[in-house]
Amino acid sequence: MNEIVLMKSIKKRFPGVIANDNIDFYAKKGEIVSLLGENGAGKTTLMKILYGLYAKDSGEIYIKGKKVEINSPKDAIDLGIGMVHQHFTLVNPFSVTENIILGLKTNKFIINVETAKEKIKNYMKKYEIFVDPDAKISEISVGEKQKVEILKILYRDIDILILDEPTAVLTPQEVKELFKTLKILKEEGKTIIFISHKLYEVLEISDRIVVLRNGKVSGERDPKQTNRRELASLMVGKEVFDVISLTPSEQKDVILELKDINALSHRGNIALKNVSLIIKGGEIVGLAGVSGNGQKELEEIISGIKKPLKGKIYFKNIDITNKSPKERINLGIGRIPEDRMELGLILDLPVFENLIVECYDKTPFSGKLFLNYKNIENYSKKIVDEFDIRTPNLIVKTKTLSGGNLQKCILARILSMNPEFILAAQPTRGLDVGATEYIHKKLLELRNKGGGVLLISEDLDEILNLSDRILVIYNGEIMGEIKRGELSREDIGLMMTGTKKEELHAIA
Amino acid sequence: MKDILSISFFIGLFSATLRMATPLILATLGEVFCERSGILNLGIEGIMLFGSLVAFLVTYFTNNLWLGVFSAILVGILFGILMAFLTVNLGVSQHVSGLGITLFASGLSLFTYRQIIGSPQIPPTIETFKTLTIPYLSKIPIIGPILFDQYILTYIALILIPVVSFIIYRTNFGLSLRSVGENPEAADALGINVYKTRYIALIIGGGLMGLAGSFFTLAYFNMFLYGIVGGRGWVCIALVIFANWDPTRVLLGALLFGGVDALQLRLQAIGFNIPYQFFLMMPYVLTIIVLVLVARNAIAPSSILKPYRRE
Amino acid sequence: MPLLKFRLEKRESVPNWFRIALPFIAIGISFIFSSIIILLAGKNPITSIYSIFYGALGTRLGIMETIVKVTPLILTGIAVSFAFTGKFWNIGAEGQLYAGALAATWAGISNFNLPSFLYILLLIIVGFIAGGLWALIPGYLKAKLKVDDVVTTLLMNYIILYLVTAVLEGPWRDPVTMWPQSIMISPNAEFPKLLQKSRVHFGLIIGLLSVFVVYIIIKHTKLGFNIRAIGANPNASNFLGINVTKTLIITSFISGGIAALAGVGEVAGLHYHLTENISPGYGYTGIVIAMLGGLNPFGVLFASFFFAIIITGAQYMSRATGVTSFIADVIQGITLLVLLAMLILYEYRIRRVE
Repeated sequence: MNEIVLMKSIKKRFPGVIANDNIDFYAKKGEIVSLLGENGAGKTTLMKILYGLYAKDSGEIYIKGKKVEINSPKDAIDLGIGMVHQHFTLVNPFSVTENIILGLKTNKFIINVETAKEKIKNYMKKYEIFVDPDAKISEISVGEKQKVEILKILYRDIDILILDEPTAVLTPQEVKELFKTLKILKEEGKTIIFISHKLYEVLEISDRIVVLRNGKVSGERDPKQTNRRELASLMVGKEVFDVISLTPSEQKDVILELKDINALSHRGNIALKNVSLIIKGGEIVGLAGVSGNGQKELEEIISGIKKPLKGKIYFKNIDITNKSPKERINLGIGRIPEDRMELGLILDLPVFENLIVECYDKTPFSGKLFLNYKNIENYSKKIVDEFDIRTPNLIVKTKTLSGGNLQKCILARILSMNPEFILAAQPTRGLDVGATEYIHKKLLELRNKGGGVLLISEDLDEILNLSDRILVIYNGEIMGEIKRGELSREDIGLMMTGTKKEELHAIA
Repeated sequence: MKDILSISFFIGLFSATLRMATPLILATLGEVFCERSGILNLGIEGIMLFGSLVAFLVTYFTNNLWLGVFSAILVGILFGILMAFLTVNLGVSQHVSGLGITLFASGLSLFTYRQIIGSPQIPPTIETFKTLTIPYLSKIPIIGPILFDQYILTYIALILIPVVSFIIYRTNFGLSLRSVGENPEAADALGINVYKTRYIALIIGGGLMGLAGSFFTLAYFNMFLYGIVGGRGWVCIALVIFANWDPTRVLLGALLFGGVDALQLRLQAIGFNIPYQFFLMMPYVLTIIVLVLVARNAIAPSSILKPYRRE
Repeated sequence: MPLLKFRLEKRESVPNWFRIALPFIAIGISFIFSSIIILLAGKNPITSIYSIFYGALGTRLGIMETIVKVTPLILTGIAVSFAFTGKFWNIGAEGQLYAGALAATWAGISNFNLPSFLYILLLIIVGFIAGGLWALIPGYLKAKLKVDDVVTTLLMNYIILYLVTAVLEGPWRDPVTMWPQSIMISPNAEFPKLLQKSRVHFGLIIGLLSVFVVYIIIKHTKLGFNIRAIGANPNASNFLGINVTKTLIITSFISGGIAALAGVGEVAGLHYHLTENISPGYGYTGIVIAMLGGLNPFGVLFASFFFAIIITGAQYMSRATGVTSFIADVIQGITLLVLLAMLILYEYRIRRVE
């Protein structure tokens, strides 16, 4: 039996959902298996069970033919299983070396960082993954952080490597590098379980593809004998839509303008360098880039929760650089924040209060002192119907809603205030296909009505699909502007890694 | 007024500074352990008070000072475990847990003392620790009497600073401790037992707070008074922020506050034309001022106040 | 015997009866723990607890004294719960109470030539402002400079206590008795009594009013909405356009002002002069009350009665059974800890693991 991993009838319930419903899964030695599925299909849950982070409700796990109980990551590591999580699990104030040796069972009482560093350097040479071992995690790039995660696992001499959506934060070029490393590892006889929802990647790297849908295995395919269309329908249960065709819209006046914006990150490093951009009415401008290159700071500056070091922001020729979030909302700026759970909504308040939280102080919702609950209720009812927000009633705590409905709440709240401009940061991250389409439709509607949209997304496909113009950001600088259809994915990928648009021809 | 500038005044002042700083150093180091693991322990004030009471009672009945010290450490540990149960296992509000422990421990201190000792006209006293004069070294002019004629608990406190610093920065446990305080998810993913690490931190922390409490009744005073700790626990919380969670910087802060405490006592004794209460206020006012000055740049361990639970 | 293992499982919703039952269950459990402590002290817990309730509720005098005690407790409880609702960690109700008492005493002994109604109103206003300003300092420091409010509010309790002693041992010392206490306030400034042959005074009305007013503020006003939003998530509130700094400062002022009214009542309604120990820790009990009342004004009202019973009854019990009245402080601490441990049942249910 060469099934190094065997999971039988795995079941896991979360309140309200069955995340894994009798899943059978196996992986062979020296194989790259892909787990493909939409967000919420149960891929990560299954692997977190294998890694001991979640307790399964029922089912059996066999590793190297032996039945095992994995109750914690410690058990998993002891069995030779390592996992690179979607959200990095690195300790920011620690150095690369400290992060790699953290929690090793071979650690002595007293830590000797120097010897550990030497050993790490050997691993770096062996697998051709190079990071400065003395650098602090907070100072390195996202791509490097992933390298640290992988080194961390290799250092523990594992044979089964789980990668949860590893390419989500990488540029096309970095993805290629990663795939090279994975192939080296495979040749060494290691088993790799690759979680993804990106079809072309899965087709490129896998030996075998397992597709999950709604907590069940919906199919298993050999990548040589399948295609994107078939995989996509296994994933979502229906035919998927292709590229949206944009009808040219009437170009209007400049709505939002940023002039020479410089800003610090919350750690105090320079995060934005002389960023200038304009957004006109009737267009969607996409901001492409690997996350962590200044998008968050740009979002904060446009939202009004961060002040730039230098530079000005104008909204319809009004200087709003020093205006508060409230004043910006009142001027007609809608903001969909990247962190919708922590910023976009107040999850412990009821649904109806979240629908008016940006306009509760206007008539007819309140007078000088008091709120008018009757008007608020009527208004919220109308919005919930109009935007088809699925909620048992208006007074449940907002946190009980599903991810898609949470995002609909934000969108509904903003659109009901008739904004002229929307800042949409990662508006569809983590949403299912239906909700994603809905959000895209609404953003396009606003554009077609003459509103402006700045779409910040790390999903290049989303940017390519929706944008009239694309700006690429790298290391806090705008690398250039691209018209719709002007450049290839690869060229945009190069810009995402620091090549200016003018320099592209020099590389080609 | 001439007294103020004499050498013996300064020797007395600095020697008292070190004495006053002793419980602050011990308890603040304890709090550093707790906060480095991600738990704000506001039980500190109550644990110190109960520690001082238990140290007193045990010594009073057994005439054994060390038994008193160890009992104080032990009850500190027990309260540390209670704090850990609330904030680590149950994950309820660290603020309210700590305040609850302080209220409970303070109430229990008053109750126990009154129940056992009653309220006699003259409160019972014990023979306290004597200062331990280190031969030769104490003869060094000026420095000798300041540094080498102190209580043994003071020496212990001073030695603990580099020891705690070494544990936190150089040992495997320290690495785990800091990682749990910064990013428990990351620590957990690498097989570090977050709960166990936090328990150990709160146990060590509680023990140090109890030890700090024992100093009040076994060295500083020779009796137990209800207001004996008098908010010094809260000063320690501020000292942790002042020290930026670094054990070596605790010394600086503790000396500063110990110094103000020692100075205000002397200024009271000299008798300026100001009500003595204004001198008593000085350490608290200074604490607030210092907090205002350092608050902006303070970077607490990232996971502080956040309970950790696996799904 | 098989080892029982339990696991916490997330709840989807909390039934309403459970929200109401939980504080009562917590009180029951804390009596069990308190009994163990009384037992360890070599006394009979059943007679002790019985005499607490008998002392507080068994006689007219007891009931009246309980109502006298509940007056400041409602106010400190409401003050703390109002602050906690907006995540202003006001642990300084004790100090704000003294600030109010200090200001009211100043106005009361100044012998302004005012009719009674206006004089009382003046005491209330200066008391409220004094406590409000005392709390505004930590509120402002938190809002503008991010200084930890727990530590500052706590430290300010010590500062004001020294300030009160300084005044009482200095300029305000009673010139006749030479005790560290102020002279009597003007008879025109005294709160009227509410009931014949009792010490129950007008402060109770102020306390009950504060319950209603705070309820209205929290539930029905824009300010209340802002406070609740900030209490639930300050970062999101800021992002969504709520003025967090301003709201926090207003919250601290109102909270301090309400706590101060407790001190005004103790001076103008009960003692008619200021002493160092007009409060046996009402401000700290206010924290326990706010939590037991679930930060709900009417819950606070109920919880204040409970602790008024404990504090009043403990005095009687102490005389009757020889258990010291400090048991009241122990019960407060235990109740808070037990309640806190049980709050987890709002979010999770306990399941046995097979």
